[in-house]
Amino acid sequence: MNPYDVPELHPALLRGLTQRRISRRDFLRYTGAGIGVGSILAACGVSGTAKPASTASAVDFAKIYGNGATAGTLNFANWEDYIDVDSKGRSPTLLQFTKETGIKVNYKTVINDNDPFLAKIIPVLQAGQDTGYDLIVITNGGPVERMVRLGYLTPLDHKYLSNWETNADPKTKNPNYDPGNKYTAVWQSGFTGIAYNSKVVKTPPTSFKDLLNPAYKGRVGMFGNNQDMPCPALVSMGFDVDKATPAQWQQAADMVKKARDDGIIRSFYDQSYINALENGDTVITQAWSGDVFIASASKDFGGDGFPELKWAFPQEGAVYWHDNMCIPLHAQHPVDAITYMNYAYRPDVAAKMADFIWYVTPVPSAKDIVLNQLKDPTVGNSPLVFPTTEDLASVHPYKVFKSPEEEDKWNSVWQPVYSS
Amino acid sequence: MEQRVATRVQLVRKPRTRLGKRLAPYLLVFPGGVWLLIFFLIPILFMASVSLQTGTLESGFRLTWHFGRYVEVFRQYRPQFLRSFAFGAIATGATLVIAYPLAYWIAFHGGRHKTTFLLLLLLPFFVSFVIRTLAWQFILSDQGIVLGTLKSWHVLPRSFHILATRTAVVSGIAYNFLPFMALPLYVALERVDRRVVEAAQDLYASKAKVFTKVIFPLSIPGVFAGILLTFVPAVGDYVNAAILGGTNTTMIGNIIQLEFLQNFHYPVAAALSFILMFILLLGIFAYARLLGTRSIQEYV
Repeated sequence: MNPYDVPELHPALLRGLTQRRISRRDFLRYTGAGIGVGSILAACGVSGTAKPASTASAVDFAKIYGNGATAGTLNFANWEDYIDVDSKGRSPTLLQFTKETGIKVNYKTVINDNDPFLAKIIPVLQAGQDTGYDLIVITNGGPVERMVRLGYLTPLDHKYLSNWETNADPKTKNPNYDPGNKYTAVWQSGFTGIAYNSKVVKTPPTSFKDLLNPAYKGRVGMFGNNQDMPCPALVSMGFDVDKATPAQWQQAADMVKKARDDGIIRSFYDQSYINALENGDTVITQAWSGDVFIASASKDFGGDGFPELKWAFPQEGAVYWHDNMCIPLHAQHPVDAITYMNYAYRPDVAAKMADFIWYVTPVPSAKDIVLNQLKDPTVGNSPLVFPTTEDLASVHPYKVFKSPEEEDKWNSVWQPVYSS
Repeated sequence: MEQRVATRVQLVRKPRTRLGKRLAPYLLVFPGGVWLLIFFLIPILFMASVSLQTGTLESGFRLTWHFGRYVEVFRQYRPQFLRSFAFGAIATGATLVIAYPLAYWIAFHGGRHKTTFLLLLLLPFFVSFVIRTLAWQFILSDQGIVLGTLKSWHVLPRSFHILATRTAVVSGIAYNFLPFMALPLYVALERVDRRVVEAAQDLYASKAKVFTKVIFPLSIPGVFAGILLTFVPAVGDYVNAAILGGTNTTMIGNIIQLEFLQNFHYPVAAALSFILMFILLLGIFAYARLLGTRSIQEYV
């Protein structure tokens, strides 16, 4: 047989093998791709797509949560070192959650800081798409309020939050940044106070104003964001954070600015402040409570082993902030997310997490379990994990911005201080 | 008969090759062109449009051709602009002073081991930019291995520190961009024709004269390229200021980052980026007209 002879094939089959056929479906797909490119360009556009936050009365919970059936998956975005971990790097409470509910948890520590994380997810939400996360943890004092204003959080149906109802610390319920807990439930809280190196700083600091002491020139650390430095500065001058006028903001800002220009303040830090303190670059600094607990705890206890580092509550009151669990808009598995939220408020679960995280748990009844079942008096008796009523009596919340304009005004006063 | 067939084939083929030849350059430039169009031109036009929009994240941004923003933001952040250019210039000068003798030595006295020396020069730069800078933060910390030791010997006063100062930021930039200066300098010096150097020596030029009259002028294209490659990224850098800096060390890169990621003022950030780009382009253009050589392409 001649090798160049082509065997007889049905013409239709031959056409099918050698030619591309554009079916109606393909046609739709290609047009779709064209439209897709167009919508990418449109999505790049920062044109206003923000919807006003839906009011509670108008929320149709059945539409969001259906009949309450779980999907079996939970995509959880959290911060580093912010959950209990065993020696194998797994979280016992998450494993237990999967065992009890059958919900598989994809736990990702993708949040390093609020604003960069929001900067990543906001454009996605603006394009009307799912962020890929069902549960996120963000801080009040700007981030939560911004997401609420943008209408990018899913309202919470409180019928799924019975544990929260019973066990949540009343101090964390109905917060000023989210009245009625429409969108948020506290994950953990913390204080912004003062940490110092007791080897160098002999008299324990008692006020934010001790950070302005020329004796520690060049070795004082402060926070470089628009809440953790401004609020304590205002409070130390006797102003109420929420009621202070722009003139008073300026007065407090000038006080800090003077210390900066005199060289007293070394730098305005982000979370790296704790390294500066541990390295001895700073000897007195603004600090977050949990970090100081970790830094001062001995290494075999799981800390960093710097016993000379100490925490001080300022007498004018520490600033009390909250990291909040919320469900972003368009989340794929809202029922799984809210089921987890409720689970986190079980005292036994909260106790296990508190015993590892060392920030303030929103479940005060976990204290008993930490002391009596987990037998960990260091954590159980620490005012940094289970603060006393007196500690909480004098705390101040972060500033709540009534409008984007107010936030801009506030930033225009404080930003030149910390990003000079 | 056979000949005729051959001619016909030729006749048919010829125009085809011509078309191919004519198309070849375009086909070659096509992938790069598409790449630049999608990832450079479209984003830059988009950013230009953003810089002229007004609004807030909540209400949305609308294009209002708000050219006044450029003046506003430049006024607001003039200190940071000036500081960035000053830091960039000092750091570039420092890298030039450090890298020139280094490149000279490798090019003229490196001998068989030139490649090894170049590798050694580049070795630290295989580590990520941020990690390298963090390493300096660790090395230079107040009680760290350098300052801590010197302080315990009472060579330095207790309160002395390098971190969180302007010196730290400028040194960090100079360190991080050293290869960008050293490599073009090395290439330029390597290319200096040794016979020309010999000729100068034969004509009784002193060592200093050989350098100032022969070697240095021949290395000018490398100096030019090195300054360009170092200065441009140095001015826009924000990592060094963020990690090694303290108060009054914020550079314009940090401000752009802040406006974009924290304040969500996209138009402000876009306008600042454009101003920075515009000043840099203007500077480079003037610089190229004043000092540029035609052979610059060979070194960049």
